[in-house]
Amino acid sequence: MDYVKLFELVVAASLINNFVFTRFLGLCIFFGVSKKMETAVGMSITFTMVMVVSAAVSWIIYEYLMVPYDLTFLKIIIFIGVVAALVQASDTVMRKISPVLYYKLGVYLALIATNCIIIAVPLINSGEGYSFIESLFFGLGSGLGFSLALIIMASIREKLELANVPAPFQGMPLAFVTTGLIALAFTGFAGLITL
Amino acid sequence: MDAYHLLSEIVEVVWAVVAQITNVIPLPSMGVGGGIEAKETVDFLPLVKLTAAFVAGVAGIFGLGLAITAKKFAVEMDPRIEHVKEVLANAHCGACGYAGCSSYAEAVVMDPEVPVNLCAPGGDKCADAVARITGKVAEKTEPRIARLFCQGGAAESTRRFKYEGVMDCRAAIIAAGGDKTCLFGCLGYGSCARACPFSAMTMSDDNLPVIDPERCTACGKCVSTCPKMVLELGPMASQVVISCHSKDKGPVVRKGCNVGCISCGTCVKTCPYEAITLENNLARIDFAKCQVCGLCVRKCPTLAIRDYMPEREAAYITDKCNGCTICQKVCPVNAASGEIKKKHNVDAARCIGCGICVVKCPKKAIIGTFRAPRKSPVHAETVGAA
Repeated sequence: MDYVKLFELVVAASLINNFVFTRFLGLCIFFGVSKKMETAVGMSITFTMVMVVSAAVSWIIYEYLMVPYDLTFLKIIIFIGVVAALVQASDTVMRKISPVLYYKLGVYLALIATNCIIIAVPLINSGEGYSFIESLFFGLGSGLGFSLALIIMASIREKLELANVPAPFQGMPLAFVTTGLIALAFTGFAGLITL
Repeated sequence: MDAYHLLSEIVEVVWAVVAQITNVIPLPSMGVGGGIEAKETVDFLPLVKLTAAFVAGVAGIFGLGLAITAKKFAVEMDPRIEHVKEVLANAHCGACGYAGCSSYAEAVVMDPEVPVNLCAPGGDKCADAVARITGKVAEKTEPRIARLFCQGGAAESTRRFKYEGVMDCRAAIIAAGGDKTCLFGCLGYGSCARACPFSAMTMSDDNLPVIDPERCTACGKCVSTCPKMVLELGPMASQVVISCHSKDKGPVVRKGCNVGCISCGTCVKTCPYEAITLENNLARIDFAKCQVCGLCVRKCPTLAIRDYMPEREAAYITDKCNGCTICQKVCPVNAASGEIKKKHNVDAARCIGCGICVVKCPKKAIIGTFRAPRKSPVHAETVGAA
C-alpha cells in the first residue's frame, strides 16, 4: 500500500482543499456552531465520524452496485439516502448506548443529515475514482479539516466575545470577515503538495 | 392485459416519440461530467426497470435496517414528557430557568423537586395541566407582571446631552451612562420592547414602555434586558407602584425630572397600612402589606406614584348598615357620614374608592369598591332589573 499517497490525501483534504476555507462548503453549520468551543469540538467529532462511515458505505454501494449496473447517474440521490440513513441509525444507537454523548452531540446529528460537506465526500470519492482505503482516508482528512476550521473559528470567536466590537460588526459580520481572513491564510497551503 | 404490461407499452410508445425527436438533434458526446461517461444511445426501458429496482432495493434495505435499529435500540421515554411539552407555552423564553420548553418538560417529569408552576407564559392553566400529568401538587402562583419604575418620559425629564448613537438603551448607556439627567431613569430607546417575546410592550409617544397587562406573562426578558434596571416583576394585584427608581436626594431629582420621588415622606405618613418605607432617598411599597387603597397616589406632591387601577368605583352603603359609625372613623377623606344607629351615606363625589371601609364594616354592608365581591346580590338584582 502506498502510505505516502494516503498521507498526501489527508493533508490535501484537510489543509490544501479545506472544505470550509477553499471549497466553501458547509458554511451554515460552520457559522452556526463555532460560537462556543465546547459545541465546536462536539460537532467536529460527530462530523468526522459520520464522514468516514458514510465514505465507506457509499463506496461499497457505488463500486459493487452502481458501477456494474451503469447506475452512476443516481449517485447524488443514493448518497443522500445513505447519509440520512446512517445519521438516523447512529442517532438511535447513540441514544441507547451513550445517553451522555447523545445529549452532547444529538442536536448536531439532525443538522448533519442533509449537510453539503457530508454529501461532498462520497461524491468526490466516486468522481476521483479512489479505492476503498483512499476513500476512508479522504473522509478522515475532510473531517479533520472541518474540525480544524471549526476549532480555529471557535477559539477566535470566544476571544472576540470579550473585545469591544463596533455595533455594525457585532456577531455575524465580524465572523464573515474573520472567515475570509482565515481562508486567505489557508491559500498559503496551496503549493504544499503537488499530487 | 395487466397493469404492468400496459405501463410498459405506454413507456415504449412515449420512448419511440422521444427517440424520433432526439434522432434529429445530435446528442452531446461529452460534457456529462462528474465521472459519468457519455453514451450514444441508452436502452431506456431496461434502464428504468433497473433504476426502479435498485432505488427500491436500497430504500428497502435502509428502511429495514433503520426499523431494526429503532426496535433493538429503543429507549424507554416517559410518555409524560411529550404530554407536558404539549401543554407548555412553547415560547422558549427561558423564564423557567431551563434551556427550552423540552428541557423543562423533561426536568419536571423526571425530577420530583422541580415545581410545576415555572412556565410563566403558560400561567395557572399550564401549571394545573402539568400538575395533572406529573401527579404533583400545583401551588397557586400569584399572577405577576413587569412594572416600570420610572415616569420620566421625554416631556417630564431633561437630558444632559444629545445622544446620536445607535438607538438602543444598551448602546446609549455606554455614552456616560446615558443622556438622561436622572442617572436612574428609563432611557426610552425601547430595548425592552424589542426584547419582549410576547409583543406586550410598546413605546409610548413619551418614550416610555407601556406594558399590556393582558399580554405580559412576567417572563422577565425585559427585566434582564434593561441596562438601567428600571423594570421589575411585581404581583399583578399590586396596582399601586411608586414609579421612580432614583436614589438621588430630592433637589437632585427635581433638577432632572418633574415626576420623580423626592423622598419627602408624605406617602409614608399617609399609608394606613405602614406599607411604605423610605430607603436610600426612595420610597418603596411593600407589596405584601399594600392594600392598594390609593391614598398615597393622591398625596404624592410630585405625582410619582402610579395607580394602575383603571377606575375606582365609589363605595355605597346598603340597608344592612346598623349605624355603627366605623366607616366614618376609618374613611381617610371623610366621605362617609351619618348619625349613630341610622343608615350612613357615602358622598360619591368625595369617595376615592380606597375600599378601606368595605373591609372594616362589621356588617359587610358597604359595596361598590374594587374590594367588594364582584357579584354582590344587590348588584345582580339591579343588573337583572335593567
